[in-house]
Amino acid sequence: MEIVVALGIAVLTGSGVWLLLRPRTFQVIVGLSLLSYAVNLFIFVMGWVRLGLPPIVSAGVTPDPAKFADPLPQAMVLTAIVIAFATTALFLVVLLAARGLTGNDHVDGEETDP
Amino acid sequence: MNVAASHLVIVPVLLPLVAGALMLPLSERRHALKGAISIISASLLLACTILLAMRVGEPLTYVYSVGDWPARFGIVLVADQLSALMVLLSATLGVSAVLFSFAGWDKAGAHFHSLVQFLLTGLNGAFLTGDLFNLFVFFELFLAASYALALHGGGIRRVRASVHYIVLNLAASLLFLVGVSLMYGIAGTLNMADLATELPRIAKEDRALLEIGAATLGVAFVVKAGIWPLGFWLSPTYAAASAPAAALFSILSKVGVYAAVRVWYIVFGGTGGEFLMYGGIATVIFAVLGMLSSHGLGRIAGFSVMASSGTVLSTIGLQIPAATAAAFYYLTASTLGIAALYLIVELVERSREPGADIVAITAEEYGLASRNDEREEQPGVAIPGTMAVLGLTFTGIALVIAGLPPLPGFVAKFAILATLLNADSIQPAAWVLLALILLASLASIISLGRAGVRVFWLEGRSIPRVRPAEIVPIGALLAACIALTIAAGPAMRYMASAAESLHNPASYIEGVMRSQ
Repeated sequence: MEIVVALGIAVLTGSGVWLLLRPRTFQVIVGLSLLSYAVNLFIFVMGWVRLGLPPIVSAGVTPDPAKFADPLPQAMVLTAIVIAFATTALFLVVLLAARGLTGNDHVDGEETDP
Repeated sequence: MNVAASHLVIVPVLLPLVAGALMLPLSERRHALKGAISIISASLLLACTILLAMRVGEPLTYVYSVGDWPARFGIVLVADQLSALMVLLSATLGVSAVLFSFAGWDKAGAHFHSLVQFLLTGLNGAFLTGDLFNLFVFFELFLAASYALALHGGGIRRVRASVHYIVLNLAASLLFLVGVSLMYGIAGTLNMADLATELPRIAKEDRALLEIGAATLGVAFVVKAGIWPLGFWLSPTYAAASAPAAALFSILSKVGVYAAVRVWYIVFGGTGGEFLMYGGIATVIFAVLGMLSSHGLGRIAGFSVMASSGTVLSTIGLQIPAATAAAFYYLTASTLGIAALYLIVELVERSREPGADIVAITAEEYGLASRNDEREEQPGVAIPGTMAVLGLTFTGIALVIAGLPPLPGFVAKFAILATLLNADSIQPAAWVLLALILLASLASIISLGRAGVRVFWLEGRSIPRVRPAEIVPIGALLAACIALTIAAGPAMRYMASAAESLHNPASYIEGVMRSQ
């Protein structure tokens, strides 16, 4: 199970970094999205990979740490997703403005090679 | 300590948040109301932070448990001398930026005042929080506001600079998250004080992973601080931003410095400072070269920001408490000076005829063309002797930044040099730093002097129309600098206690852990 998650994070990060270094703004934003997926998965995994365990303790029972999943990384992932979503949307608007003002979709606003 | 005083810590976060949210539904046409809310909120914030800075010494640290959850489980806000100083600094810049914007910048785009208030919320939260994930949230809050403020006023130059700025900061935020989650995965806590107490209990084989997490976090911080080689984005973005936004941005890089130093001292007790020192030294070298090679005042100001954060980081990296105190004094003086420089740049550049200068970028590219036109139609009360006032103020600001007497830049640099020379054994790197601090002064004199000559003495310039709302905040910032010189003794004592609380985090940790 761990190796599947680790490979998934690795593939997402690799593709994300590759796209982030590309010269087109659309590639950059897709790269950033992939990277943020990878990071979200990474945070989630930091609560350790556990199958079929709830993140909630039942009332009246002394909780056994081995029998439930850590809820804190899940809460952090939720926050990170919301923030990444908002900033990506903001960035998309800036990219559209840049496309409109400069007339091309290069990250520097101008083509370097003919 | 009565109830009202105990809630003082959360006021710098809540007040601008509420004020900013209040202004959101208001129509853009109601400038006067928005401006009134904004300036009232900023002034109240300034009053609160002065109160906080004055009271903070009595119990050594103020700890506020949000929602009254005990420290290990809940989020704490902590005010010690250092965070109170930073909050006070950000409130001062907030008031002057809001005041400056009344001359017209607040009408150049939507929601200017709300964005400024949200920026202040994020800044104050980042300075006061005692929790790493909460630090991330406040970082994102002020970054999101800063993206919008960097774009404020529009224009192709701002959009182009912002694309780089936003991509870089989004990537840095992802590094921040990776670092935070690695540290949580190993230590099981994100409270800084709790992390410090957990640290000895962590198994040796896990320790390396925790340190990788902390290093990743550190990279995210120094990107914000503009440390070489991660600071190339800083100068173009700040130079393109509108004047009041750029003045506020001069403290953004100090958040990176603050966060790096704070986390490093509390959690790791100050081991491994040489990285900060070498990074800072490389930044000062880069900034000196950049200053000498740039012509525009905006770019010179950007490199001054980098020189300032590089000097502060490398001086603190020496790990001598007296030097750290001097570095805080320098941080305060240089941030005030650079903010004033960003504000005055806009005024003196106004006199620039489009195309009159080789390096002048056309007014259209500045995105200022339409704004200047509408300025002609509404004549304000132009202050008399404009050029003389501007010239004097510019000289004062240049003295602060370059570190010449009688202004506080000199006191600060002198204090740093004196403590470096008085240390029992001077490390070789300290000699390099010593030379660089002097060299940075020389470079700022040369570049600011050259720019000043071109702006004030060159023939064929129209006299800019300056309004009281524009010159008053600059004068106030400069007056704050002068006050810092006159009260150098008490100020230095305060900085020394701030340095003491940074170097001995035991009282901070104890204060947080006792609050449960």
